[in-house]
Amino acid sequence: MTKKISTLIVASLLTFLSGCSDPKSHATSVMLLLDTSGTYTQELSKAQSIINYILGTMTSGDSFAVARIDSGSFSEKDIVSKMTFDDRPSAANSQKRTFQQAINTMVSEVKSSTYTDISGGMLQAIDYLEETGAGNRHIFVFSDMKEEIPKGHIRDFPINFNGVTVTALNVTKLRSDNVDPREYMTRIENWRNKVESSGGTWRVINDLDNVDDLLGKN
Amino acid sequence: MEFSEIMAIWWPDQAAVSAVIWVFVIILFMWLARTPAHRAIKSFSQIIRNAMRMAAHSVTALEKHLRQRNREVLLTSGMEETERYIEREFQRVEDVVTRDLSGYPSLQRELKDQITKIDDDYRKSAEVPPMPQNYIDAIDAVSKIEGNGDPMVTKILGEIQTTMKHNSEKEITEYRHSSKERHGLLKTMMPYWRNLSKTLESVEKKIVGLEDRSKVIDAQIEKYEQIMAKTNMAERILSSSSMTQFFTSGLVLIIALLGAYVNFQLIALPMSEMVGGASRLGPLRASDVAALVLVFFEIVLGLFLMEAFQITRLFPIISSLDDKLRKNMALIAFIFLFIFASIESSLAYMRDLLAADREALTQSLAGITVEAPEFRWITTIGQMTMGFILPFALMLVAIPLESFVHSLRTVLGMVMVFLLQSLAFVIRQLGSLASNIGHILLNIYDLIIFIPLKIEQSIGHKKKIKAGHEDESAISN
Repeated sequence: MTKKISTLIVASLLTFLSGCSDPKSHATSVMLLLDTSGTYTQELSKAQSIINYILGTMTSGDSFAVARIDSGSFSEKDIVSKMTFDDRPSAANSQKRTFQQAINTMVSEVKSSTYTDISGGMLQAIDYLEETGAGNRHIFVFSDMKEEIPKGHIRDFPINFNGVTVTALNVTKLRSDNVDPREYMTRIENWRNKVESSGGTWRVINDLDNVDDLLGKN
Repeated sequence: MEFSEIMAIWWPDQAAVSAVIWVFVIILFMWLARTPAHRAIKSFSQIIRNAMRMAAHSVTALEKHLRQRNREVLLTSGMEETERYIEREFQRVEDVVTRDLSGYPSLQRELKDQITKIDDDYRKSAEVPPMPQNYIDAIDAVSKIEGNGDPMVTKILGEIQTTMKHNSEKEITEYRHSSKERHGLLKTMMPYWRNLSKTLESVEKKIVGLEDRSKVIDAQIEKYEQIMAKTNMAERILSSSSMTQFFTSGLVLIIALLGAYVNFQLIALPMSEMVGGASRLGPLRASDVAALVLVFFEIVLGLFLMEAFQITRLFPIISSLDDKLRKNMALIAFIFLFIFASIESSLAYMRDLLAADREALTQSLAGITVEAPEFRWITTIGQMTMGFILPFALMLVAIPLESFVHSLRTVLGMVMVFLLQSLAFVIRQLGSLASNIGHILLNIYDLIIFIPLKIEQSIGHKKKIKAGHEDESAISN
């Protein structure tokens, strides 16, 4: 009887330790998609400050990636930089500096694309977030959310956003939106439906001066 | 069947009439069942009351037992504490006697020597050359006799007078010289007097100190006697002392906890550099757990050190160890504590470096030009010193902890007694309430059936009157 009880205690302890020592469930992974189409490239300096803010809030074990949204975004080539931050804070700080450098280079050399494949970028982001295995998953889309897909690309299928928080940042109004604001609202609403219908959370933040607790860590 | 259907069972078309019939039936039924119903209500309320009374009795007995136990524990701990106090006082007296009064024979010899020297000097100072007053007076008288013109006699008398003068002057000179010598001797006595006075003063101080200690011991012995006699006064004094100790030590422990928190904050960040910042143990980060373990380990080492020095007595096994073993244990605990304090100091340095790096990164991310602060070394040194000192400061937590643990038993006992008293009171009140509710129910029951009761009473009354009349007529016949 005593042997059985001790076995049970040891087994429970091992289960507790193995279950609770999983760092991934507490980690946060973020994919930020940058729209590089048309005149939106002019907004990239704002995106830079958001990236820096996110870098500042990331801690050891978190993952962060920045990717471009261009003509065909479901591709690893569009990922500008991606990193899982080291366990040691000093090493993580060095990684953040490297990351920041990569983003600065990208912003200075970016060329505007003809099309805007947001869905492709979203698929790429979901793949990346899945790979990291983090407990908190975020996709930030820095775009006007107007999708323009090249002919022949198929994107009209449901995407699984389950457990992912999608935040549209700096959703600028287009000239056509000014003529008919319903276009803007419909665009946003369509994306909301797409995300929420598959179990995701949708947010829109246009006031970039008020982005406290963007990752919901506090 | 619904309630409305049941209600209308007697007269389906006339619900009101049906309800009246129901009331009549119920009242009739209640009147018929009055006696067994009363009995049932009475016995039910009685059962509840008795059960409550028994429960209250048991709780009161438990409370008395606990109170007795508390008293015993309080007196025993008070006795132990007083014994410890008296033991320490005796130890101090012994120290004074061993340290100061063990040299008493040499002190006595020193005093004797000084007294002998003073005595000798005094004697010497008292030796005055003898003054043969009568002989001088006789010669003086002879020298004043007139020579009656005899030159020989006049010459002899003149010589006597000259010799007398000469002798007198010589004696005065000798007297002055001897006085000077005596004053010189008295002067040399001064330092001996001073030494003697100082020695006696120091002896007096020691004796007075011992006298004070003996007064303290007397007071403690008196207290001890009261505890031994198990007087109420002793219990009250000990209870009050326990409560004071509980709150004082509790307050100090809270401050110590805040100190431990500061200590934890100082090493939590650099710990993530050592054990990783991402790994977790349950909801806690492994680095935080490691930092906590380090802080707790330091506190435990501090406790052992205080135990080994016999300042606290939380672990009787340590107190009962052989003196040499205990000293070795204290030395080992101190070495470990010193090593941990050094580690913590270096961790505090690392923390400062990490904080500086993070600050620089944040500034760089915010697009601000990074500038090294001018007097950063002050905070670095401050953090390192804190990291080194805090483990030793936390060591002292053992003293309030001991007081807290000891007084907690008494305070908890008092709280438990109060709770049991309250519980007994509530149970007693519930029993009384059950009894009263029984009485109220009986009255309500009779109120509902007051019409048939009244009829019954009047019939009974008439029957009695009739029976009385019959009795009276039978007697008159």
